[in-house]
Amino acid sequence: MPVEIDIVKVAALARLALTEEELDTFGSQLGDILEHAERVQALPTDGVPPTSHPLPMVNAFREDVTAECLDRESFLRSAPDTAGGQFRVPRILA
Amino acid sequence: MTVWEAVIGIETHVELSTESKMFCSCPADAEGEPNTACCPVCLALPGALPVPNGKAIEGILKIGLALDCDINESSIFYRKNYFYPDLPKNYQISQYTFPVCEHGHIEIDVDGASVRIGITRVHMEEDTGKSTHVGDGDGRIHGADHTLLDFNRAGIPLVEIVTEPDIRTSQEARAYGAELQRIVLALGVSDAKLEAGSMRFDVNVSVRPVGAKELGTRTETKNVNSLRSVQRTIDYEIDRQIKVLEAGGEVRLETRHWNENTGVTTSMRTKEESEDYRYFQDPDLLPLEVTPAWQSEIRSGLPELPAITRARLATLGADMIAAGVLADSSDLAALFEEAVEAGASGRAAGIWLTGEVVAYTRRSDVAVLETGLTGGRLAELTAMVEAGKLSSSAAKKVLIAVLEGEGSPEEIAESKELLQVSDITAIEAAIDHVLAENADAVDKIRGGDMKPFGFLVGQVMRQMGGRADPKVVRDLLTDRTAG
Amino acid sequence: MTGPDIADLADLTIAEAGTGLRSGDFTSTDLLAAVTKRASATEAHLHAYLTLDHEGSTRAAEAADASFAVGEDRGPLQGIPVALKDNMCTLGIETTASSKILDGWIPPYDATIVTRLKAAGAVITGKTNLDEFAMGSSTENSAYGPTRNPWNTDRVPGGSSGGSAAVTAVGSALGSFGSDTGGSIRQPAALTGLVGMKPTYGIVSRYGLIAFASSLDQIGPFSRTVEDSVLLLETISGFDPKDATSINAPVPNFGGSLGRGVSGMRIGVVTEFLNGDVIDSQIIAATRGMADKLQDAGAEIVEVSLPSTEYSLSAYYLIAPAECSSNLARFDGVRYGHRSNVEGTTEDMMSHSRAEGFGPEVIRRILLGTYALSAGYYDAFYGQAQRVRTLVRREFASAYEQVDALISPTTPTTAFAIGEKSDDPIAMYYSDLCTIPSNLAGDPAISVPIALDDAGLPIGFQVMAPALGEEVMYRVAAYVERLAGFTARASLATSEVVAP
Ligand SMILES: [Zn+2]
Repeated sequence: MPVEIDIVKVAALARLALTEEELDTFGSQLGDILEHAERVQALPTDGVPPTSHPLPMVNAFREDVTAECLDRESFLRSAPDTAGGQFRVPRILA
Repeated sequence: MTVWEAVIGIETHVELSTESKMFCSCPADAEGEPNTACCPVCLALPGALPVPNGKAIEGILKIGLALDCDINESSIFYRKNYFYPDLPKNYQISQYTFPVCEHGHIEIDVDGASVRIGITRVHMEEDTGKSTHVGDGDGRIHGADHTLLDFNRAGIPLVEIVTEPDIRTSQEARAYGAELQRIVLALGVSDAKLEAGSMRFDVNVSVRPVGAKELGTRTETKNVNSLRSVQRTIDYEIDRQIKVLEAGGEVRLETRHWNENTGVTTSMRTKEESEDYRYFQDPDLLPLEVTPAWQSEIRSGLPELPAITRARLATLGADMIAAGVLADSSDLAALFEEAVEAGASGRAAGIWLTGEVVAYTRRSDVAVLETGLTGGRLAELTAMVEAGKLSSSAAKKVLIAVLEGEGSPEEIAESKELLQVSDITAIEAAIDHVLAENADAVDKIRGGDMKPFGFLVGQVMRQMGGRADPKVVRDLLTDRTAG
Repeated sequence: MTGPDIADLADLTIAEAGTGLRSGDFTSTDLLAAVTKRASATEAHLHAYLTLDHEGSTRAAEAADASFAVGEDRGPLQGIPVALKDNMCTLGIETTASSKILDGWIPPYDATIVTRLKAAGAVITGKTNLDEFAMGSSTENSAYGPTRNPWNTDRVPGGSSGGSAAVTAVGSALGSFGSDTGGSIRQPAALTGLVGMKPTYGIVSRYGLIAFASSLDQIGPFSRTVEDSVLLLETISGFDPKDATSINAPVPNFGGSLGRGVSGMRIGVVTEFLNGDVIDSQIIAATRGMADKLQDAGAEIVEVSLPSTEYSLSAYYLIAPAECSSNLARFDGVRYGHRSNVEGTTEDMMSHSRAEGFGPEVIRRILLGTYALSAGYYDAFYGQAQRVRTLVRREFASAYEQVDALISPTTPTTAFAIGEKSDDPIAMYYSDLCTIPSNLAGDPAISVPIALDDAGLPIGFQVMAPALGEEVMYRVAAYVERLAGFTARASLATSEVVAP
């Protein structure tokens, strides 16, 4: 059974402005993929810890020292909109 | 009529004063031209990866140990996913389950009573960039036409300290904030400047009828940036919520904004549904493992905490208020200890230091260490006052001269002729003179009218050029005017 | 020009080219000219390069020649033309990850792999095509059009590193680098007759690799021979303080046992990957044939069952999208990349920029991952997938207590037709069936070409080893290469060159 999902909510959470048609297509494809992925639930995993990282390593730190920063122009020139050395975005509230 | 009680919890964000940011080598200094302290990591350029700052980890461990927390031997960085333009990655590296520190507490003093506030957790996260709202909103987000983003602050290490809902009054809340600030300053891990935002409070408030077990609906007021505002925000919210409830309304679960100018909180636009942060372990970062050995190394390097300092100063004789002031300044506390060591009474030394000395340094804008005052000189001064050699007004003059660097109290009192005369012969001579000229006053006193007595004291003091011990003068005059 | 005919230089292995450069038979500039000429002859058919950096590569080749002239030698890649998958950041050179959302983006920094290649005197020819953000198994999901297979241009080259596979297969670079999250190096290597290798997780820095799924991604090399693979890997591996997941330990001696043969080794054949229901019968036959040859050469071949691999694909298609949904959140039209000109708030701008900038496969995976992490579903999907990942790791670890290495087919099929699977995501996902488990386990694995199928398309043979077991993996792979005697070249590499 394909998994039923609230695709409108998921798309909003992912900040993807999809058309009705896209929502339908992706919604049904996701349902199929999840039906397949749901098979993981068949495996008994009581007491099995999750793996987030393939190797058992801990504690990677940096020294607290500064290094040279980027020249501002080197990244602002790739920005869609800037003003006075800052990134500019449209109004935040409607 | 319902009697209400408030239930208050506080989340405090403290920016650590490390050299570099939490996950990259940019300077952790938001000052300077916009976007000049940025690199691929803190701008979240494609491909960039975070590497944690070891010094920041030490900083949070210090805070956790100072708050008597349990340190989790293994703790994990999570991603808190939400979209906001000031958050470059559109997720914040933070902690969720297994924060670095949990289950601590802090003792505060409110009106002489000790109150224990539980600390739920202390965790590590990173700051966001700074938004400047431009347009008709007068710098506010409402009504702004567009927003400018500066990522110098993005990625500065932040420690979040969350209390249990143990706080009951705005006064307690303020005392908690003040004590936390003292602790952080004593640890030297942050400049904890409230006005600069390097320490800021989110205040959760709810009210319920006294005796109720269940909590009322709470509001969260974000980014309150002074201790006074913490107190005012809470007072306002308690009052507002009680009014809402008594009018039959309901308090809404929402985020509110404190306006310093109007003194009210207002609702920020509420989200239709609560945020779904999709926390998951950050695969770019390894678990943080704090071995017992590392823990004890940090613990042994901790400085004396303010509460301990206050208690120690109090055992040396400082009164409660003075102990508090002295504990906040290591220079004053050191002078105090020197003075007591040199024989001064703790009570007197404390009062002089926190009164006249602090007032002088403020007035003249100098550090106490730059003045001529030493613990030995302060002890000398208090000894002279106790021995009756200096009147209190003369002592003040001497102290100022000491602070000005004019020498020791003895030398100054001598050269300025401020020493009190306790020589009875000289005083009796003056009394003889005054009584001879005021025979009618003596008669009145002997007739039971005590009014002229003060006048006679004044005359004798005047005759003595103000340097007689007034107590001695009174005693002698009482004898001589007795019937 | 004194050396051999310049057209031949593009067909040299890296080891051969290195010898020629050091004996003065030809220069790095000659080598670059040869691969550039090969690129001009083939690109119109393949579309393997997105960017050719003529200026930078010419400068690097001249610098390498100057180094050789004064006897300065910075290692086996000095003067060697290599190509990079376009998801590795290159300072000043457009980097798109084959996505419209990064169209025109010029990184202000180099990925660590690029820094290391430059320091080693390598000549970076350009940036190669991929499935958008490395999501796919055919290189059809590129916003800039698909790459074709040089063995048969009606077929896909595999993916996601299809461009890097095609350039090395055809000789428009002597070697190349890809990234492998679920098979994105090994699968295209198998489909284009190359050696493709995914290292132990943490051996090669990911700094500057545009992330797809951080806990699975590894950069690795494409080459024509196992020996070249070692040379490429040696140059790029080692601890990087800019990547917290990089292994802080000396790099193993990858090539230390290349000539030792397999006599006395215990090698396990993974039975689940010899299942005729999911694996093409010619591939099964070729795999069994090679296993027999290894046995004849003195290895002990045992059958090993890894039952949880059956769940690997499902676990992978939860873990990778979950991580990608978060990794790709930064593409929001604020600081770089495509910004929609929709009217409205910043939130509207972000949502439209993302919907306009990402292709359908990327959107599909972001949605899938967002769902798998969301409240109420986390434990059943993402959490469970992570626990299954633990089971897979444990199963591999216990297998390696019994055997030195594991072998299997690399892919269920040889190169499939362009368009054949593009409307069926799940069928496409099955392409990675045999390669995904090594990513979940974090172990090294390599694909070596061993034969051609009836259609004349290459078949890949996979060798897997435990974490940091590259030396053992290469030892077996080198012997497989020798036993297979695979010398066929992609038709496009030979035809175009023979008839100039
Ligand atoms: Zn930075």
